[in-house]
Amino acid sequence: MSEIHFILNHENRTVMIEPHETLLEVLREKLGVKSPKCGCDRGDCGACNVLLNGRSVRSCLILAVEVDGQEIITVEGISKDGLSKVQEAMIDNNAFQCGFCAPGIIISATELLNNNQHPTLDEIKETLSGNLCRCTGYLPILEAVENATKE
Amino acid sequence: MSILHDFEYFKPADLQSALDLLKRFGNNAKVLAGGTDLIVQMKENIEAPDAVIDIKGIPKMNEILFEDNTLFIGACVTFSELIESEIIQKYFPLIKKMSETVASVSIRNRATLVGNICSAVPSADSVPILLVYDADVLAQNSSEERTIPISKWFAGSKKTDLHSDELVTGIAILFPDKKHAGCYEKLGRYSGEDLAQVGVCILAFEDFQYNVAFCAVGPVPKRAYGAEKFLKGKQISREIIDEAKQCLLKEISPITDVRASQEYRTHMMSVMFERGLKKVIARLQGGEDV
Repeated sequence: MSEIHFILNHENRTVMIEPHETLLEVLREKLGVKSPKCGCDRGDCGACNVLLNGRSVRSCLILAVEVDGQEIITVEGISKDGLSKVQEAMIDNNAFQCGFCAPGIIISATELLNNNQHPTLDEIKETLSGNLCRCTGYLPILEAVENATKE
Repeated sequence: MSILHDFEYFKPADLQSALDLLKRFGNNAKVLAGGTDLIVQMKENIEAPDAVIDIKGIPKMNEILFEDNTLFIGACVTFSELIESEIIQKYFPLIKKMSETVASVSIRNRATLVGNICSAVPSADSVPILLVYDADVLAQNSSEERTIPISKWFAGSKKTDLHSDELVTGIAILFPDKKHAGCYEKLGRYSGEDLAQVGVCILAFEDFQYNVAFCAVGPVPKRAYGAEKFLKGKQISREIIDEAKQCLLKEISPITDVRASQEYRTHMMSVMFERGLKKVIARLQGGEDV
């Protein structure tokens, strides 16, 4: 067991971990942060995406020990002071059905809009190409991200 | 799926400490950069190292430098960093274009070009580009540095020439002194996570020299020396393209797998080679950057 310190959703956190534990496991099981989902658990589906120092990453492919001293933001952090524009737009557009992919998609879209406030549809598609959704067929999700950039 | 075995995690702050660890653990150590391959392999028990050596804390490993007409890409440089680098955009736009075809943003934010060549899968997107530029792999052990030409790097599918006490510190690429243009054509089933079904890279020079390399159509990515020899000194025409295709098809050995059949790969190789040749010629003549 070793102790790691990192910033999680704007708060300093300290947690005891084993080297083999992934960030996803530690977030969900040790810290109770449940928005990142375990989908494929091998980096293909995007359901476990979180922001690491502002960049979207697969938390299932990162050892928790690697984030010692880094900053992690999950959907809990994004919506700390109320829903973000992206989240509002997803609701307004009925973008999700089961919602399992939603946190990962919100993370990916948030990273995009933080770096590029007026992305083209192609840029939005490219950004979300690593997030799989089985319910709504992507179109309402893409439209929702577009709508979020218009306001 | 969790990683089921224990290991020691090290994050050395300098190269020497990393090399000492490699010497100590040898084959029982795995080097960790982006982890997008290694963590999956550890979950699936394909790799079960005693020690994981995270090299992201070594400053030089994170650098992209252009000095003396030579590009250096450190072992921890991610595909996203390559895409965003002004040096890459200015001198090696082909590396940017290739990097944009690798997986998706959240993988590219972590995955490294050096990791891609160390995993050494037949479909490694980085390798055809490194092959056409005659890049060198820089390997270091605790006593000496070794330069391995990328054409000698592969010892077989998923096997490399790297020794167990060596660490790849980066890649070096000499900027060609002749006017040139290139392209990387990748075929996948969909954008996102898919690996290449067929990949071909062409670098054309103003004196009608064409460097051609492919991936995903043989056990290792390779240069197509037969097609290159045939094309050398020739202006591209319909007949020349057709004949060059025949040369190229003799050099590939595609297999049928979950991503494509052998026949489809063979057919598409020829289609994409032609497409690529036409693109590089247009770019060379139009003065357009790569």
